[in-house]
Amino acid sequence: MKKTGAQILCESLLKEGVEVMFGFPGGAVLPLYDTLPQFPKLRHILVRHEQGAAHAADGYARATGKAGVCLATSGPGATNLVTGIANACLDSSPVIAITGQVARPFIGKDAFQEIDITGITLPITKHNYLVLHAKDLAEVVKEAFYIAQTGRPGPVLIDIPRDVFQEEADFIYPDKVNLPGYKPRMFGHPSQIKRAAEVINNSERPIIIAGRGVIISGAFTELKDLAERAQIPVVTTLLGIGCFPETHVLSFGWLGMHGMAYANHAVHHSDVIVAIGMRFDDRATGVVSHFAPNARVVHIDIDPAEIGKNVQVDVPIVGDVKNILEVLNQQIVPREHVDWFNQVDKWREEHPALSIRDSDSLLPQYVVRQIYEVTHGDAIVVTGVGQNQMWSAQFYFYDKPNSLISSGGLGTMGFELPAAMGAKVGKPEEPVWCIAGDGGFQMTIQELATVVQENIAVKIAILNNGYLGMVRQWQQLFYGRRYVHTPLSGPDFVKIAEAYGVSAVRVTDKKLVTPTIEKAMAHDGPFLIDFLVEPEENVFPIVPPGAALVEALEMPTPEKVTRSSK
Amino acid sequence: MSDDNKHTLVAIVEDKPGVLNRVSSLLRRRSFNIDSIAVGHTDQAHQSRMTIVVEGDDARVEQARKQLDKIIEVVRIVDITSIPSVSRELALVKVKASASNRSEIIQIVDIFRANIVDVSSDSLIVEVTGDGEKVDSLLELLRGFGIREIARTGRIALTRGGAGPLQTEEKETRVSKQLPKTQPPEADALPDW
Repeated sequence: MKKTGAQILCESLLKEGVEVMFGFPGGAVLPLYDTLPQFPKLRHILVRHEQGAAHAADGYARATGKAGVCLATSGPGATNLVTGIANACLDSSPVIAITGQVARPFIGKDAFQEIDITGITLPITKHNYLVLHAKDLAEVVKEAFYIAQTGRPGPVLIDIPRDVFQEEADFIYPDKVNLPGYKPRMFGHPSQIKRAAEVINNSERPIIIAGRGVIISGAFTELKDLAERAQIPVVTTLLGIGCFPETHVLSFGWLGMHGMAYANHAVHHSDVIVAIGMRFDDRATGVVSHFAPNARVVHIDIDPAEIGKNVQVDVPIVGDVKNILEVLNQQIVPREHVDWFNQVDKWREEHPALSIRDSDSLLPQYVVRQIYEVTHGDAIVVTGVGQNQMWSAQFYFYDKPNSLISSGGLGTMGFELPAAMGAKVGKPEEPVWCIAGDGGFQMTIQELATVVQENIAVKIAILNNGYLGMVRQWQQLFYGRRYVHTPLSGPDFVKIAEAYGVSAVRVTDKKLVTPTIEKAMAHDGPFLIDFLVEPEENVFPIVPPGAALVEALEMPTPEKVTRSSK
Repeated sequence: MSDDNKHTLVAIVEDKPGVLNRVSSLLRRRSFNIDSIAVGHTDQAHQSRMTIVVEGDDARVEQARKQLDKIIEVVRIVDITSIPSVSRELALVKVKASASNRSEIIQIVDIFRANIVDVSSDSLIVEVTGDGEKVDSLLELLRGFGIREIARTGRIALTRGGAGPLQTEEKETRVSKQLPKTQPPEADALPDW
């Protein structure tokens, strides 16, 4: 039986297990929207700006591990997705972006709301398609989901002209893809794994650096097994947080610009680095010429182009992390590295990065820690970008994969609220906390309307310091304290939230932090807390730009460590 | 190859719209200058062959090669710079020629085993095929007579000897597109990592 392109698209999405999509209608996608009521199993969530749709699909994908779908019309609808697609691309998140295009006879004529979105998204998608015939749609959707979710995941965009939605064709959903040029390598080379085992078995000061690849591959038990078998300390990257329980005795936090000083010291002084599913980003390595000068590097990653890109690698293994660790672990000799472990532990004592200053004022770190205490570490935390992001990563302890969702590669302010929305839609039974700054929150604040219309019960904590805090911190430390265009005279977030229909409270007193977080948790539905925190609080440690990892500036007056919660 | 820093990459790509754009745009955004790029059909339906000449040190070019290999439509891509191979360029050159110097030009053309493919009262068109150096040397000699126009192709190349790294695969091996989740591929078929 013939179906329209719009029906074929919906049927295909159902075949791929899609339950929800985030979108915004418009002229070029009208035939599709007109078809949606025929498919009640496809839940559509109406966002208020297409950027929100892309971030929500991203947040959904990261929380669930399944592809997230966003939908926009041609022209401005499509270009508004671009930031969200780029964000998903840099963080390897499987997002399917579906855009309408002007009808085929208008393509190339600069028609109303025509834009070459496949051209624009070429460098920020794993792949993209312009579908010119309804008969090709099913195959394209099949390929798009396959490409987005396998190998190193990433966003795939499908651009569909308005008249292709209306064109009729037979619907046959293919059960296989035909992609001769796309064959991600799933299994590591046996002789390379053997070499890696030898290097690890002969190491004196080994360290594991685990990244988001471990989470994507689902290799938590394998990673734990490797670490415990050879008693190797584990640090993660920012996006790897949660791939190894942070309360585990072998966990030494995360490395990089705002990572724990002891993690950076451990990496710097190691003799063997086992890098797993990570890409030696410049924020993680510090100045790369001084990165871990004495270490031999074993690098496990599914993307061959990451091998040797930033750091020279001694033993590369290309393939799926879980499959590789399964084989590798069998060849690892159980042993202990007592001296090394004690040394790393000593650095942890000497560099208490996770201390919270003893102060009567309302400190942002304290707010994050109290969210941890009240949620017992069971929440999914979605952050903005900047100071709020670093404090969220530092002062909450993540024991589960995907419990921290953050924009790492692109560093997209405005990611927090829509991504939290997507995460909550994907995991409705889990508490989702959106920890935002007062700057970034305003970039996508309109999604409060979506949250209300769809009753998405995200809890929002704004760490409101009246500044674009991270930029202000850099101005303070590296630009002679000249606060150029970083002070904000923000809106009244409580009033704004209430105007949208979100219950909200302002907290200025430290004593009210915990009870208000408890109140938010008990509240049925979305809830916003505007925490007026210490305005000029800084994120420490910080590795200054152009410095090595061990040259981090630490908290000026390190005080007593409050790790009692662990 | 006159320049040590020049690399010849040969790619087998799926014959789909926009592939050339994907390849050239990737090289641009990773700051490579494309010396030349030549695209043509292969003996396989739906597949084209690209020969790309870029400049850069080994590590950078290898990084670019790996990035290019990630393009979905790129089936295989090999840097053949250090593999013994035959490479050719073709140039058509319109040279000023009068009755008095025409025979002199024809002599030079003969030495280079090039051909005269068009003659008019005041010019000749010379067709020359060879590696870049040969084409360059002939152009140098013809320059003295006055060159009116040049049309030059990019480099194309084949590796010497039997089975090459880009040899067309047998039909049956192209069928299994779905990745086997359960069994590893032949270890021998993999590069050494």
